[in-house]
Amino acid sequence: MKNLLSSVVAIAVFTAVLGFGYPALLAAFASATMSSQAQGSLVTVNGKVVGSRLAAQAFTGPRYFHERPSATSPAYNAGATTFANLGPTSPDLAKAVAANAAAVLKLEGPYNPGLTIHGIPVDAVTTSASGIDPDISPAYARLQARRIAAVRHLPLAAVESLIAKHTDGRSLGFFGEPGVNVLELNLALDKESK
Amino acid sequence: MSGQGITQILFYSLALIALGYPLGLYMARVYTAERIGGRRFRLLGGIERGFYKVVGTDPTKEQDWKGYAKTVLIFSIVCTSVVYAIQRLQGHLFLNPNHVKGVPAHLSLNTAASFITNTNWQFYAGESTMSYLTQMAGLAVQNFVSAAVGMAVLAAVVRGFARRSRNELGNFWVDLYRSTAYILLPLSLILAVILVSQGVPQTFHAATTVTTVQGAHQTIARGPVASQIAIKQLGTNGGGYYNSNSAVPFENPNGLTNFLEMLSILLIPAAQVFMFGKMVAAKRHAWMVFAAMFAIFAIGVAVNLPAEQHGSQVLRSSGVNITQGHGSSGGNLTDKEVRFGIANTAIWTVATSDASNGSVNGGFDAQTPAGGAVPLVNLFLGEVVFGGVGSGLYGMFFYIVMAVFVAGLMVGRTPEYLGKKIEAREIKIATIGALFVPTMVLALTAISVVTKSGLASIYNSGVHGFTETLYAYDSQSNNNGSAFAGFGLTSFSAEVGSVAMFLGRFVPLLAALAIGGSMARKKVAPLSAGTFRTDGVTFSVLLVAVIALTAGLMIFPALTLGPIVEGLMH
Repeated sequence: MKNLLSSVVAIAVFTAVLGFGYPALLAAFASATMSSQAQGSLVTVNGKVVGSRLAAQAFTGPRYFHERPSATSPAYNAGATTFANLGPTSPDLAKAVAANAAAVLKLEGPYNPGLTIHGIPVDAVTTSASGIDPDISPAYARLQARRIAAVRHLPLAAVESLIAKHTDGRSLGFFGEPGVNVLELNLALDKESK
Repeated sequence: MSGQGITQILFYSLALIALGYPLGLYMARVYTAERIGGRRFRLLGGIERGFYKVVGTDPTKEQDWKGYAKTVLIFSIVCTSVVYAIQRLQGHLFLNPNHVKGVPAHLSLNTAASFITNTNWQFYAGESTMSYLTQMAGLAVQNFVSAAVGMAVLAAVVRGFARRSRNELGNFWVDLYRSTAYILLPLSLILAVILVSQGVPQTFHAATTVTTVQGAHQTIARGPVASQIAIKQLGTNGGGYYNSNSAVPFENPNGLTNFLEMLSILLIPAAQVFMFGKMVAAKRHAWMVFAAMFAIFAIGVAVNLPAEQHGSQVLRSSGVNITQGHGSSGGNLTDKEVRFGIANTAIWTVATSDASNGSVNGGFDAQTPAGGAVPLVNLFLGEVVFGGVGSGLYGMFFYIVMAVFVAGLMVGRTPEYLGKKIEAREIKIATIGALFVPTMVLALTAISVVTKSGLASIYNSGVHGFTETLYAYDSQSNNNGSAFAGFGLTSFSAEVGSVAMFLGRFVPLLAALAIGGSMARKKVAPLSAGTFRTDGVTFSVLLVAVIALTAGLMIFPALTLGPIVEGLMH
C-alpha cells in the first residue's frame, strides 16, 4: 500500500518535471535562440512558405531536379513518414525498381545519349527510409544536370556549379555522406532562370 | 568498404570509450555517494531530499532484493495504467492541436507495455496517432523512467556483488531519482539543445500544410521532437516521434546528429561496464567484459556492412549502378537515406540491436538476408552486448555466471566470481535468466506462424515473412523495439506482443535481483592458485563462447528457415 502511494506520487512528479517542464523549457529556449530550426526549418519564397529544407517534396516535369522515390501516401508526405518495407528478394521490389529505372531512362535519356540502366545511380530508383529524404546523391544530381541545362537554356557548367553549391558535404567534413538538397537546389535554379 | 567508412567506425569506437569511461566513474559516484552536490551545490541536495519527502521514503533505509523487486513491480504497474489511460483519453484532453482520436484498446495496451518495459516497439505511426500530450507526458516520461528503472536495478545488483554478508541492495527510490536527475536528464538536455540547433523541431505549434514550389499541398508534422529524441537515444528506448524513426530528417537532420545519436545509443550501457568495475573494485575485469561486448559488436559491423554494400538480390540483378564512388554510396540503398549512406546505417543497425535501443536510421525489412540476420541474432543474444541501460549488464551477469561455472567444471572446483563462491542456486537462476527469453521467442514465433491470426501480420510473402514474424517476437521479448516494419498490427499480434514484452522485461529483472541478493549475503574467500581468473583475455574469449553456444545455437535452426534460405535463393 505504501509502495502504491509512493509510486503514484513519484510518477506525478516525474510527469510534471520530465513530461512538461523539460520539453517546455527546451521549447522556450529553442524559440528564443534558434526559432527557425525549432519550427521545422521552413523555407519561404516571397514571404510564402513553400516547404521545409528537411523534407523532400514532389517535383515533376523536366524543369526541376527530381527527388528520390517515396513510399509515403501521397508521395513525400511529411505528415506520415514510412519505409517501403519490401524485402531484398521481393518481386514487388523488382517491379518497382524496374519501373523507376524506366522512368529515369525516359526522362534523362534524350539529354544523355548512350545512357543505359547501368548509368543510373541506385538512389534514383530506391525509396528512401523516411519517404522524405531531402537529398539525392551528387551522382544522381549530375545525371539530371544535362536535362536541366537544356530545358532552361543554361550552360551545363552553371548548373553543375549550382549543384556543387547545394551539396551538403559530410558534417564537419567527417560525418555521414554528401548529399544534394533538392528543394534548395531547385529554388536556386528558379532564381537563376525564371 | 571505403577508407572513409573505416575511419568513421574507428572514430565511433574511440569516442565511445573516451566518453564512456569517465561517465562510468561518475555514475559509480552517483550510486555510492551518500549525498550529491556537497556544499557547492546545496540546491541539488535540497531538491533530492524534497523528492524523498513527497514520495515518503527514508533514503537511508535500504531494501533487500525482495523488497526492491516488489517496489519495482508496483511502480511499473502504476506507470502502465497511466500510459494506457492517457492514450485512451487523449482525444478529450489538452495539447492535441492535430485533433487525433483516442487510441484503440489493444494498441494502447501494447504501447503501454512497450514503453514501460523500455522496449519502444511501435505498432503505430507517432506523428499521426499520438497527441502532443501522449508523446510528452505519456511516452517521453516513460523513456526516462523505464530507463531509470533498469539503471536502478543494475545499481542494486552490482551492490550485491560488492557487498559482503548483507541483506540490503539499496533503496529503489534513491536509485530511481539519481538515475534520472543526475544522469539521464542532464545528458538529454545537452543532446536536445544540439539537436535543435541542427534542425530537430521543438515546438507546440500544430503540423503545418504548405503549398509547394509546384503548387501541391504538403503536410509537415512537427512538435516537441528534440526533447523526446534525446532521451529515446540515451535511454536505449528507441521509440521515434515519427514513424520512420531516426531516418526522418526532422529526427536526424545530418551526419553530425547521426553520429551523436548513434553514440548516445551505446554511451550509457558502455559506461555502466566501467561503473561496475569501479563499484566492485575490479577494473581489469570490467575491461574484459567490455572487450567481449566490443568483439561481438565488431563482428556485427563486419557482417552487416559488406552485405549491405554488396547489395540485395533484386538490386544486383536490376542492372542499376550500385558501385560505391563517384558521388554515390552505392549498395543496398532501399529504405536508406542518402546522407547516412551504407556505413553509417550499418553502424547504427548493429549498435541499436546490440543495445536494446531499437531506434533505426534505415528500414530493416529491406536489408539483405545476411545484413538483416545481424540485428536478428543480436537481439536473440538477450541484449547483453552493451544492451539496454541497466538491463544489458545485469543480463550479461547471467552469462558471466555461466562462463565462470563452465570454467569451474574444467578445472574441477567450485566456481568463484569476484571472490565469492557461485553455488547451485545462482547457477539455476542465471540459467533461467539467460534461457527464458530465447525460449519464449521461439515458442511465440512458432505459434504465430501456424495460426491464422498470427499469419495475418505478415507483409512480405515467403521466407521473408517468416523472418518478419521471428524478428517481431525476438524484438519485443528482448525489449528492443526495432522491427522488420512490414509486420502488421492485429489484435492478436498486439496482445501476444504485450505479454512478450512484460515477461521479457520482468523475468530477467527478477532473476538478476535474486542473484544480487544472494551474492550480497556471501562472504569473500581469498584468491587461490586454483581460482579461474576473470581479468584476462581468456575470460573474454570464454564469455563470447558461452554466449555463442547458448543463445547463438538456439537461434540457428530458426535462422536457417529465414535469412539463410532467403540468402540461398536466387
